[in-house]
Amino acid sequence: MSTLAFPLVSLPRTGSLDLTPVAPLLDADRKPLTKKEISADHPTWCPGCGDFSVLALYFKLIERRKLWHEKVTTVAGIGCSSRFPYFVQGHGAHFIHGRALPYASGVSISRPDLHVFVFGGDGDAFSIGGNHFTHTARRNIKLTYVVMDNQVYGLTKNQTSPTSPLGYKSKTDIWGSSDRPVNPVKQAVSAGATFVARASAMNPNHLLATMEAAMDHDGFSFIQCLSECVEFFPGAFDKAIPRKGGVFNEVPKEHDVTDEYAAYKLADEAWPGNFGIFYKADRPTKNANEAKIIADHKAKVQGLADWQILQKNFDRMK
Amino acid sequence: MSAVADAPTSAGGQSRFTKINEAVIRIAGNSQDGIQAIGGFLARLAGRSEQEVMTFMTIPSTISGGPSIFQVRIGSGEVLSAGDEADLLLCFYQHSYEDHIKSLKLGGIVLYDADHVTPKPEWQESYRHVGVNISGLTVEAIGGTGRDKGKNIYALGLLAKIYDLEVAKLKRLFSERFGGKDASILDNANACFDSGYNHSLENLLKSYQFYPGADKGGQQVVMNGNEALAYGLIAAGVRFGAGYPITPWSDIMELLRKELPKYGGSFIQCEDEIASVSMALGASWGGRVAVTGSSGPGISLKTEAIGWASMAEMPLIIVDVQRGGPSTGMPTNVEQSDLNIATFGGHGDSPRVVLAPSGVEDCFYTAIEAVNIARKYSTPVFILTDQGIATRIEAFPEPKLEQVCQDISPDLTPVAEHKPYDLSAPDGLTRHLAPGTRVASGKYPVVTGLEHDELGHPTGSPKVHLAMIAKRRNKLRKLASEIPLPKVHGPTEGQILLVGWGSSEGPMREAVDRARSVGDAISSINLKHINPLPNGLENIFKGFNHVFVVELNDEGLYGYGQLGSVLRARYADPKIQGINKVDGLTWKVKEILDRARALASAK
Repeated sequence: MSTLAFPLVSLPRTGSLDLTPVAPLLDADRKPLTKKEISADHPTWCPGCGDFSVLALYFKLIERRKLWHEKVTTVAGIGCSSRFPYFVQGHGAHFIHGRALPYASGVSISRPDLHVFVFGGDGDAFSIGGNHFTHTARRNIKLTYVVMDNQVYGLTKNQTSPTSPLGYKSKTDIWGSSDRPVNPVKQAVSAGATFVARASAMNPNHLLATMEAAMDHDGFSFIQCLSECVEFFPGAFDKAIPRKGGVFNEVPKEHDVTDEYAAYKLADEAWPGNFGIFYKADRPTKNANEAKIIADHKAKVQGLADWQILQKNFDRMK
Repeated sequence: MSAVADAPTSAGGQSRFTKINEAVIRIAGNSQDGIQAIGGFLARLAGRSEQEVMTFMTIPSTISGGPSIFQVRIGSGEVLSAGDEADLLLCFYQHSYEDHIKSLKLGGIVLYDADHVTPKPEWQESYRHVGVNISGLTVEAIGGTGRDKGKNIYALGLLAKIYDLEVAKLKRLFSERFGGKDASILDNANACFDSGYNHSLENLLKSYQFYPGADKGGQQVVMNGNEALAYGLIAAGVRFGAGYPITPWSDIMELLRKELPKYGGSFIQCEDEIASVSMALGASWGGRVAVTGSSGPGISLKTEAIGWASMAEMPLIIVDVQRGGPSTGMPTNVEQSDLNIATFGGHGDSPRVVLAPSGVEDCFYTAIEAVNIARKYSTPVFILTDQGIATRIEAFPEPKLEQVCQDISPDLTPVAEHKPYDLSAPDGLTRHLAPGTRVASGKYPVVTGLEHDELGHPTGSPKVHLAMIAKRRNKLRKLASEIPLPKVHGPTEGQILLVGWGSSEGPMREAVDRARSVGDAISSINLKHINPLPNGLENIFKGFNHVFVVELNDEGLYGYGQLGSVLRARYADPKIQGINKVDGLTWKVKEILDRARALASAK
């Protein structure tokens, strides 16, 4: 018989640090976290960037909903907005470009006890990570995805993004972009997302309410959040900002959020379009489906230790 | 077939059987003929009879049809390879006959389906031809439906007669295999088998009988390498995996998908290879080492995320069932040409661990070691298996599951403070806290692909970068110091040392045994730990005039294969030479010996 050169060893939890055990803390004894407690590194964004507002509202959401540090996971890919996890005190992961959604899906399915928030930009979501957007939506993984859409590549300094409007002049479309931009809401609805909303960093109350609704949704909740890049695409969203002479049209009261076609049509309205929840459906999540498969299978092996379950397989291979 | 002596076994005192130590049976047909099922039954039977067994198969990469073979070697003693030459060729078609007759040893038996094969006069002298109307008789046996489905089982009946196999055990295997289905399927299988078994083989003078296998001191289990690897991962405590279908990795994914829910786990089929590795990394971060895997091109696609795992020091298991490359290559053929991508694949300096199981049994234990190394050293670990091991069936002593199964659930009890990338940790190793763990200091870690400080926050400091690069490198040096040196097969001094890895082990050991029996001073070692290598190999090399690295990959621009190049770079020893091949097939013992002798005498 082979012997194991590397048997299981119990590992020290931390390195050189304080190893004294920490008493458990009852939720009832805890006070909502303050902004000071939730904020970590100072954001590296340019002054005036729309992302500051999204971050501030995320803090507010954590505070208002009494979420605890350890229960909030913040996941991002690559881009200006994707630096989010560094600015938040909580377990965070800054993954590779475009792949934040599958990473977060792995967290969500294997750790149903955690809140999973994913932040990213339009390049991450609709260009390099486009495939994952579609499949995470159709799987209906329980997580909240906020895409800070600035319609330009900011971190790499002004190239065309998948949501850049036709005619947008960037370093890679010197004569103006000619590729039809992605419409994130239509994309999400057609991919099978069960919560699809549109918001703007310039309307904090509306954005916070939308984030709360997204967090409460049992499934894949997606928010397209307009967030201006003051450096490379200033004024991109002025038409949606009343104090700059624009209009912030909320989704009409009579809109039926369970009507996929109505959502699709509403998303096609002329710029700056509508803001609010476009579509919301109750469909079993991948998390729930997997949990059911597990429950059904575990019922059949009730009372057996893991090694005994495996033994049954091995007995059949004799 | 090593015929030892005629021994009377029947009550009448007449010599009906020739006693044999081993037999190599090659079954050639088309992929939908169920020839793998015959081979599978033979292998399972051998395992239950405490015999050693090893199989080898080729399958076409087409969806249905195409020539396919299954070779099974059954022995009463140690079986280290699937055998160079067959004792018996069972062939269903003219092409099977013509393409495989050369794999038969002179004087061997050709058992052919006379309904489809016309024997060639020029081969009648060299091989004993036995024709049976297998297709027609099968149709007759199951009531003349006009279909010859079941001819594999008919042929198995013929083989059972020729090799005096235990009918009762075979029938038990049938009922286990077909019992759950429509009753008529089992009835048909039994009818086909009986008809074949009772067919009179008048022109075949002798039957054979195996010597009993050595007492294995317990039960044997029979499975292929992919199954052993998947079950090993379950025993290791892995409860989450993600993958994308690709041959020959898919079996592992399918098995884990089916089995993990019983243990409270999940395996997710993803939209692509990149999503698979990413999802597995997310689950690993969730606190329990997860698995992804692939073959060939799929591994290329995962490399960016594996680089992230190296940087973030995230435990992860990546199974690479190697196949013929590059690109789509030869998907159903074997090669060992992914050592470089497993060890070095990725931009930047991204150290990781690479392990290569040497056979089916070793797949099971390597999976457990891989998980334990990944946890302890917070590192991605490749398991480099190959198409040859993945699909071959072996019997091995049943693992003591109660002892080897482990629980690796995350510990979520709160801690006072935490820095995952603690540069002053006494063991130099990174420790992650699973999300959900409260840190009383209120300072939480981040995992990232950016160079980072001890808490995981980004830094551009050259000083920190130097320290972290050294940390990621040194932890693998620490691991190297803990890896046991491989055992030398044969004396520790001699003329030639063969150095192999992965599936080269069996044929290489057999080559050594064969060469030593005629007086050659050849020994071998097989490396399971590819990256890092164990320390002290130079002391083993010292005992030999030549060190030949036996691997299934190309000799490359500079004349050395992939492991050969690594050993050359590390030891700068000119006596290290390569014995390489890329014909898509596993090593034959003779090939290794001929090449080693030629290379040694070339100087």
